[in-house]
Amino acid sequence: MAELITYREAVAMALAQEMERDDTVYLIGEDVAAAGGVFKTTPGLLERFGERRVRDTPISEEAIVGAVMGAAMNGLRPVAEIMFSDFLATCWDLIANQIAKTRYMTDGQVALPLVIRTANGGGVRFGAQHSQSLENWAMSVPGLKVVAPSTPRDVIALMAASVRDPDPVIFFEHKGLFASRGEVPDGELVGRLGEASVVRSGSDATILALAAMVPKALQAADELSARGIEATVVDLRCLVPLDTRTILSAVAETGRVFTVEENPRLCGWGAEVVSIIVEEAFYDLDSPVVRITTDHIPLPASDILEDATIPSVTRIVDTVTRSLD
Amino acid sequence: MNVAAVAGPDLDTRLRIYRMMLEARRFEERSYQLFLEGLVKGTTHLGIGQEAVAAGFSAAMRADDLTFCTYRGHNHTLLRGAPPGRLMSELLGRSEGVCGGKGGSMHLTWAPTGAMGSYAIVGAHLPIAAGSAWAAVERGTGQVAVCFFGDGATNIGAFHEALNLAVVWDLPVVFVCENNLYMEYTPIGSVTAVERPAADRAAAYGLEGLLVDGNDPDVMYETASDAIALAREGGGPSLIEAITYRHGGHSRADPGTYRPDEEVRQWLARDPIPMYRTRLAGAGASEEQLGGIEQSVEAWIEAAVEEAKAAPEPSLDSIATEVWADGGSRWRN
Ligand SMILES: Cc1ncc(C[n+]2csc(CCOP(=O)(O)OP(=O)(O)O)c2C)c(N)n1
Ligand SMILES: [Mg+2]
Repeated sequence: MAELITYREAVAMALAQEMERDDTVYLIGEDVAAAGGVFKTTPGLLERFGERRVRDTPISEEAIVGAVMGAAMNGLRPVAEIMFSDFLATCWDLIANQIAKTRYMTDGQVALPLVIRTANGGGVRFGAQHSQSLENWAMSVPGLKVVAPSTPRDVIALMAASVRDPDPVIFFEHKGLFASRGEVPDGELVGRLGEASVVRSGSDATILALAAMVPKALQAADELSARGIEATVVDLRCLVPLDTRTILSAVAETGRVFTVEENPRLCGWGAEVVSIIVEEAFYDLDSPVVRITTDHIPLPASDILEDATIPSVTRIVDTVTRSLD
Repeated sequence: MNVAAVAGPDLDTRLRIYRMMLEARRFEERSYQLFLEGLVKGTTHLGIGQEAVAAGFSAAMRADDLTFCTYRGHNHTLLRGAPPGRLMSELLGRSEGVCGGKGGSMHLTWAPTGAMGSYAIVGAHLPIAAGSAWAAVERGTGQVAVCFFGDGATNIGAFHEALNLAVVWDLPVVFVCENNLYMEYTPIGSVTAVERPAADRAAAYGLEGLLVDGNDPDVMYETASDAIALAREGGGPSLIEAITYRHGGHSRADPGTYRPDEEVRQWLARDPIPMYRTRLAGAGASEEQLGGIEQSVEAWIEAAVEEAKAAPEPSLDSIATEVWADGGSRWRN
């Protein structure tokens, strides 16, 4: 029996599934325990797993991330919540200089099986310091795995995979998707990192999307279909490892590629993906690849300004239509 | 400062500490020499003059306790049990280096004996040490984490975040500030709001401000034993400020000319190694015992240096290994 749940409920279900299975899984972060998380993504975990395994921290992002790093070195599989991904900037040393590089610098002596979960992305009128899409920060650092699910089902499956992964994972939960619903099957759900998902098939164009851009791409594909354009939509799900095989085969089938990225233009994940496509599938292309991104600006707060900044369904439809004309 | 003579441990332990300090000293002297010869590449930050802290603590730690130190970490990594030839090989960038040549002088790690890394971004390892102590509590291992850092690290945010969390969570971690009076080339007093950079801050975390003579190995051993015992019994963290001095410059071939001559002279006269030798001789150690240790350390360091010099360069095949737990570096299919 499949159940219809929200993306935010999926976070707690995923953590519960993994904490139930493995008593070395711990969760720490600001307001994650008694309050159930500021986005209500962790309610009930404190009651179920107790105050040792679900623990509130001070507002000390370096201490939170450092603590899970040290704990992972010494036998736990900890999960840290960084409330907003924007706050990763305050603990980026621990993530980019320490966590990402420790296994390599020690030539494999030290393993760091840990997950840093964080609420990412815009569309919620929070302004430039609480709305960024920062997957590409993590993607640019060797040694970090990068996950950004778009559905409740993938939240559970990929969180399980992340917790079980022997390497550090940065897990981006999209704020704009927390209230969205989706079906999840009964029983344990475990996915695999590095597998993109073809969520719609069409022969005229491929739209590559991530997280909150996936439902927009799907809606755009429906509208394009009404105009006689059939699009394949690929939900990348993970940026590292990157499922280039699925991307390249979609490119080969459609010959036209669009990325839909919530991040500002420069060095967004699409830039890397496009460079791979151009290097390895240039002769499959029927037209220039087009990136649909946020302009290279901080995100404004006002609803009308924010909506005009983040790629919209209309912008996707118009861009694809124009390109195929 | 605790300058009153402490009883110190038994003579066997003291002889062990003497040997440890001597090993550390010779290791650093040879590192410096090999650096000047161009065999040690990049940079080195030597611990010459600061051996009493590393030796006193290492002697007081349990085999499964965890050490976290800085880029000035040769002493600590060595004295926690890293094989000297492989440590020296790492400085030379050789394949049998403890980190296969991927770490270098600033990143010595020897996890098999609990030397959990040398951290080169000032202050970063304080929260990491706290986290390892947290895992020790949750897993009931009884381990204590000991975290060494410089006076300069007391002015970075991670210091304060880690101290606060360690106290709030009652973690078995001992924070040891090796106050060598300088952060790089700047006297610590000229950039710090309080006179004692660590001890004066202890009160902010509800801890006792412990200020000790970092050049006295007996004091360091006793201080370490007390703090470690407290942590192991569930008494939570300690913050210790050990006053010491580096005989040389900050790094590489820095001549350290920013330091007043008189200050350097006074501290060289307080060199922990000859001071300890005199004390041990007065406490019943025979010239034969002390001389035996000294001779044996000379042979020990020669063997380590020869081993490192003879070690092969790393294979280029190792460049892209150990990014991930599968041993490789693939980021795509
Ligand atoms: C965050 C950071 N800032 C600056 C540096 C450059 N740096 C390396 S060592 C050092 C001085 C540190 O002094 P202290 O903490 O007293 O340690 P010591 O070198 O005296 O052992 C500085 C500024 C660094 N490595 N990391
Ligand atoms: Mg200093």
